[in-house]
Amino acid sequence: MTQVLDFVPIWTLILGMAVFFYVLLDGFDLGVGMLFGFAPDTASRNTIMNSIAPIWDGNETWLVFGGLGLLAAFPLAFAIIIPATYFPILVMLLALVFRGVAFEFRFRNGEHKTFWDHAFSYGSGIATFAQGVVLGSFIQGYEVTGRAFSGSSFSFLTPFSILTGIALLFGYGLLGAGWLTLKTEGDIQSAARRHGRVCLVAVLVAIAIVSIWTPLANSAVADRWFAWPNILLLAPVPIATAAVALVTWRALGNSQAQVLPFAGAIVLFVLSYSGIAISLYPMIVPHHFTLWEAASSARTQAFLLVGTLVLLPAILMYSSWSYWVFRGKVRADIGYH
Amino acid sequence: MDFDPVVFSRLQFAWVIGWHILLPAFTVGLAAYIALLEGLNFATGRQVYLRVSMFWIKVFSISFGMGVVTGIVMPFQFGTNWSRYSDATANVLSPLFAYEGLTAFFLEAAFLGVLLFGRKLVPQWAHFVAALMVALGTLFSSFWILAANSWMQTPAGYEIIDGRFFSTDWLQVIFNPSFPSRLAHTVVAFFITTGFVVMGVGAYLLRREKSAEEGRTMLSMTLWLLTVLVPLQIFLGDHHGLNTLKYQPAKLAAIEAHWETGRRVPITLFAIPDEKTEANHFSVEVPFVGSLVLTHEIDGEVKGLKDFPADQRPPVAIPFFAFRIMVGCGLVMLGIVLLGGWLRWRGRLDDTPFFLQLCQLVIPIGFIAVIAGWVVTEVGRQPWTVYGLLRTADSVSPSLTGSDVLISLLAYVVVYLFMYPSGVLLMWRIVRTGPATAEEPDAAIEAGRPKAPVLAGGHVGVGDGA
Repeated sequence: MTQVLDFVPIWTLILGMAVFFYVLLDGFDLGVGMLFGFAPDTASRNTIMNSIAPIWDGNETWLVFGGLGLLAAFPLAFAIIIPATYFPILVMLLALVFRGVAFEFRFRNGEHKTFWDHAFSYGSGIATFAQGVVLGSFIQGYEVTGRAFSGSSFSFLTPFSILTGIALLFGYGLLGAGWLTLKTEGDIQSAARRHGRVCLVAVLVAIAIVSIWTPLANSAVADRWFAWPNILLLAPVPIATAAVALVTWRALGNSQAQVLPFAGAIVLFVLSYSGIAISLYPMIVPHHFTLWEAASSARTQAFLLVGTLVLLPAILMYSSWSYWVFRGKVRADIGYH
Repeated sequence: MDFDPVVFSRLQFAWVIGWHILLPAFTVGLAAYIALLEGLNFATGRQVYLRVSMFWIKVFSISFGMGVVTGIVMPFQFGTNWSRYSDATANVLSPLFAYEGLTAFFLEAAFLGVLLFGRKLVPQWAHFVAALMVALGTLFSSFWILAANSWMQTPAGYEIIDGRFFSTDWLQVIFNPSFPSRLAHTVVAFFITTGFVVMGVGAYLLRREKSAEEGRTMLSMTLWLLTVLVPLQIFLGDHHGLNTLKYQPAKLAAIEAHWETGRRVPITLFAIPDEKTEANHFSVEVPFVGSLVLTHEIDGEVKGLKDFPADQRPPVAIPFFAFRIMVGCGLVMLGIVLLGGWLRWRGRLDDTPFFLQLCQLVIPIGFIAVIAGWVVTEVGRQPWTVYGLLRTADSVSPSLTGSDVLISLLAYVVVYLFMYPSGVLLMWRIVRTGPATAEEPDAAIEAGRPKAPVLAGGHVGVGDGA
C-alpha cells in the first residue's frame, strides 16, 4: 500500500478533541452527579438533576465516539489499552448503567427514590474514579508482547493510578460546581461555590503531585519538559495554570461571577490535558507504540475522514442547538417537585 | 480452578447483547411511531394523536435510557474481551461502527432532550422534527450495525495481510452479500415487535374502558401496519434463507439439522439432533419439502453437515430449535393478523374480548422472535467471528484468564437482572396509569417528570403548564 497522504495528524486532532469533549461534557455532568449527593433536600436534588437531564445523553455519546474513534484511527492502541484496563472499564460501565437509568427511574419510582438518588451520586463518583484509574495506568504504560497486552488484568492497580482516580473525582467535581454555579441560584449555587473551592484546592495538589511524579518516574517525560529550549517554551503551561487557578478561586467567591467559575474550570482542564499530551506525544501506547505505528491503514482513515469532516460540524451545530433550547437558570419552583 | 476465557467471553457477549438488543428492537419502531403520531397531530390537529404520543414518549424515555446505557457497554466489549478480533478486523469494520456513532447516536441523543423536555420550549414543527430525527437516528444505527454484523457473516471487499483484514472496496464491505436481506429482515422485525406491544397495550386500554379512544387508535393503526408487515416479513425471511443457503451452507445445514448432502431432501419439523452420532432422533419429516422450501426447487441440492469438517460446523441443536421458535412466532403473528382483519371486516375489532385478551397475551412475541432469530444467526456463524476466516477462539483477548471473565460476567448478570425488571416494572406502571384523558390535557404533558427541566432565561413561558 502506497501512502500518499498522512492522515495521522488530523486523526490525532479529531480524536484528541473528541476525548477532550467527553472529559469536559460528561466531566461536568458526572461532577454534578457527585455534588447531587451532598444536596440537603429533595427539592434541590431535583433542581440539580434537572440541570443536566436534557443533555447528559448527548454528553455520554462522546465516550462512545472516543472509544470507536480510537478503534478506527488507532486500532492497535485500542486492542492494548482496553483489555489492559479490563476491570476499571467494567466498573465504569456498570456505574454508568446505574447512574444513567437513575434519571428516569428516580422520577418514576417515588417509593425507591432514595435508592436511585444513591445510584445516581455513587454511580457518578465510581465511574469518575474508574476513568481516573484508566488515565493513570495509561500514563504509566502497559506490558506489551507483540501486538497485545501481556500483563495481568490487575496490573492497572498502582499507587499512581489510584492517585489519578482520586484527582479526577475532584476535577469533575470542580467542573460540576462550575456548571451548577452557571445553571442555578440561591442556596444551591452557594453550596456549589463552596464545593468548587474545596475541589479546586484538591485539584491543584493533585496536579502538583502528578507533575513531580511523572518526570521522576519517566526520564523521557523529564527530558521533554526540562531540556533546553523546551523548558522555556513550555514554561507558560504551569504559569498559566497557576494564574487560571487564582482567577477561578476568586470567581468562586464572587457572587456576581456566574460564568467565570465554569470557564476557569474548563481552562484548567485544557491546560492539564495539554500537559499530558506534551508529556506523551508522539506515543499512543506509552513506551511501545507511536501514533503512526498504531494507526489504521490510510484507506481506513481516509474513508472515515470523508464522512467525519461533514458530520462532526453538523453534530456540533445541532448539539449546540439542544443546549441553546435549555439555556438559562433552572428553577426548582417550576420543575418537578 | 481452570476456566476457559473464550467460553465465558462468549457467554458474556451473548448476555450483554441479548439484553441490549431487546431495547433497539422496541425503540426503533417506537421512535417511528411517535414521529408518525406527532406528524399526524401536527397535520390534523386531532388531540387523540397527541395524547397517544405523550403516553408512548414516557415509555420510550425509559426504554431509550436503558438502551443508551446498555449500548455504551457494547463497543467496549470488543476491546475488553475481543482485542485480537479488534486488531484483526479494525481496518475494515471500525469505520462502520464509528459511522454508527456519528450518524446515529449523536442525532438521537441531541434531539431526544428536545423530544422529552422541549415541547413548550420550541415551536411545534421543531418538536416534530426532533421526533423525526430521533427516529431517523435509530434507523441509521440499524443500517451501520447490521452492515458490520453482515460483513462478519459474509465478508467481502477485503484482503488479508499478516493475518489482518484490510478493505479493498468499501461499497463491497458495506453492501456485502447478506446485508440487504438481513437489514430488511431485522428492521421489519423491530417494527413488528413494537407493533405487537402497541397493539397489546391498546387492547388492554380498550378492555379497561378508561382510555378507550386512545386504545382504539393504537389497536387500529397498528393492526393495519402489522397486516402489511407480517406477511412481508415471512417473504423477507424466506429470501434471507436463500441467501444463507448460498453463502453460509453450514449454518443452514445446522438450522435444518441436515446431515447428508442430497436432492429432494425432506424438511424436519421436529427432531433431537445428536452431534456425536451425526444423526437426528425422534425426527418428524415431510419428504421433498426441504428442497422446495430451501431452494425453491423440488430437485434442489442441500448440503449436509457431514460435508464440513467437524471443527468447522456450528452447534446444531441451538440454531435448530431457535429457528423453529422464530418461525413458530411468525405463524402465530400471521394467525393474529388474519383474525384481526376478519374481525375488522365484521366490525367487531373493538369488542371481541377473546381477541383483545389474545393481543395482550402476545405482547412479548416480537421480542421472543427477535432473540430467537439473533441466536440462529450468531450461533450459526460459529465457530467463526468472521465466517470461514477468523475463529472465535483466536479472537479473544490473550491477557484474560477464565476467572477474570467469570467475575465480569457475574457482575453483568447481577446488574442486568436488577436493572431490567426495575425498568419493565416502571414501564408497566405507565401503561397501567394509561394516557391522560381529554379532560386533563396539561397533566398529560409531563405527569411525574420535570415539567420544564431547564427554563430559558425568563423569556419563555411557564414551561409545560401547571
